Amino acid sequence: MSNANLVEVRGLRKWFPVQRSFIERLVTRQREFVRAVDGVDFEIRQGEVFGLAGESGSGKTTTGRLILRLTEPTEGQILFQGVDLASLGEEEMRQMRRHMQAIFQDPYASLNPRMKIGDAIGHSLEIFGIAKGEEKRERVLEMMERVGLTPPSILYEKYPHQLSGGQRQRAVIARALILQPDLVVADEPIAMADVSVRALLLELMRELKEEFNLTYLFITHDLATAKYICNRIAVMYLGKIVEMGPLRKVYQAPLHPYTQALLAAVPVPDPKFRRTQPMPKGEIPSPINPPPGCRFHPRCPVAEPICSQEEPALVEVEPDHHVACHLVKR
Amino acid sequence: MKEPLVRIRDLVVTYKTRAGEVRAVDGVSLDIYPSEVLGLVGESGCGKSTLGTALLRLVRHPGRIVGGEIWFDGRNLLALSEEEMRRLRGAHISMIFQDPMTSLNPLQRISDHVVETIRTHKPEVSEEEARKQAAELIDRLGIMAERLDDYPHQLSGGMRQRVMIGLALALRADLIIADEPTTSLDVIVEAQFLDLLKELQEEFGLTILLITHNIGVVAQLADRVAVMYAAKLVELADVEPLFEKPLHPYTQALLASVPNIRLEGDTLKIMHGSPPDLIHPPPGCRFHPRCPQAFDRCAREEPPLKEIRPRRWVACWLYDTEHQTQNPESGTQDP
Repeated sequence: MSNANLVEVRGLRKWFPVQRSFIERLVTRQREFVRAVDGVDFEIRQGEVFGLAGESGSGKTTTGRLILRLTEPTEGQILFQGVDLASLGEEEMRQMRRHMQAIFQDPYASLNPRMKIGDAIGHSLEIFGIAKGEEKRERVLEMMERVGLTPPSILYEKYPHQLSGGQRQRAVIARALILQPDLVVADEPIAMADVSVRALLLELMRELKEEFNLTYLFITHDLATAKYICNRIAVMYLGKIVEMGPLRKVYQAPLHPYTQALLAAVPVPDPKFRRTQPMPKGEIPSPINPPPGCRFHPRCPVAEPICSQEEPALVEVEPDHHVACHLVKR
Repeated sequence: MKEPLVRIRDLVVTYKTRAGEVRAVDGVSLDIYPSEVLGLVGESGCGKSTLGTALLRLVRHPGRIVGGEIWFDGRNLLALSEEEMRRLRGAHISMIFQDPMTSLNPLQRISDHVVETIRTHKPEVSEEEARKQAAELIDRLGIMAERLDDYPHQLSGGMRQRVMIGLALALRADLIIADEPTTSLDVIVEAQFLDLLKELQEEFGLTILLITHNIGVVAQLADRVAVMYAAKLVELADVEPLFEKPLHPYTQALLASVPNIRLEGDTLKIMHGSPPDLIHPPPGCRFHPRCPQAFDRCAREEPPLKEIRPRRWVACWLYDTEHQTQNPESGTQDP
């Protein structure tokens, strides 16, 4: 792992306008926005697995989509290999996509039901004019073999519905890797799989990362799974990063009260274990009007007056470990 | 020992498909005791949800209960008329699904759901008294009183699941079947809900059949655990001994593949292969093609679920007395 940054994200924001009815538009002038991502800074280092964790509505998926430029940011910068993605024209961005690929949660939704698995995996080779015909087939079969879609020559001819869930997810992984990308954005890649299949896919992703020199952005709500693959992790809450650092540090000594709660909430597969930490009250508030100050303060068990007044900045409290909390001493 | 509340014997549920008949539950026998939480675990397609719906006789077409018996509180459910069964479901058994929206009436306020349920259980309670009780119950569930007049869609997923528990309490249900109750919830909301469920279970002595793929949830909540694989029950034990020393090779592999946030180390054990096709299940033990400890008998004969020592049931030839020489569980380490 080198320290060079593959991706740098600076002041990234994505606000979605709230749909209003005609009457509402007549009555009020004020436009409302869902602040899905509301000012995040981080970098993804060459060769690492960077985890982005949080509950639904935290903005983790939107952040992933912004990095792939599947959605345009409201504000902020994304540098990929030092190039500002926003400065690229359509064709340049298309070429850039070869280097960044995605794996999504539902493999069934990301495979064309009328395309044979082999053709789906090799499709991008044709699109980018890298290989076609026999050469494409050779490359696809090789990749299928590598991700465990065996026997490849038989599975090549199958349609998505003829494969098991685990096989479909392998096909999606093969398709993402066939272009030999630098970055893979994996958004809940194993969330739909069964327990035993999850372990298998996780191991496969780890092997492939080494073999193809990949860098992963691993987006997940499952902190137990993240532990088995991520090197560094950022925890998001209501569009903000509240804590970020090496996985071991964050898991062993979480500093932000939200991170502490999130880690303590994970069900432990050990009947002798009893959680002692009380859970924060209530649920994530609406990202339309997030609470002022620290967004977690209404639920925070240790909040002080300053927490509702001033928004805490994400600061480095020890080497490489960042936290956004007024109560954490530097 | 208390008498079981539910006694399932040799239950068989099949689904007719174009490719053939799928035996989704294939000869399962299981007891549920009053005031216990029985966890039913297994991976998708193992038949655990079908078993849950069979208890209510709500198996969907083209599924059918084709054999066995289900005794509930001394009555054979499979012999009841549709009308008797409907009354039983309304008054004695509550079901909590993954998505509570499917069980709540979208046009009815939360308060009306609770009031109606209280008055179903006790018709003599006045509307006014029922409203008072509903408010107390909602408060007990940690839902703010002003949410009583909300409609289901205005509540979050976590609050809806609390309402479902509230309805089961209002009904004084003898049995609650909870099928993946926390699967759609975020982790903190899940933890809050599990805390509440545990508290209420202890306070009211609720009997719960907890069906889930989430091994962590079962560890936290269940008193006993039943493990299903390919339509069969393969192991049944008290929760602590099961996690401490799983006996069936499938249970061993399943537990080893679960990520544990509390443990050091970053490798998971991998279970190779996939569950069998239930139209043409393998002969003998259904796990034998994937089992690292299988021997010749496993491919030939099907192992029955046997109580190898008190409260410890397993369906595996490794624990057969005639197979003592290879028995890894020599009994000497037992207390």
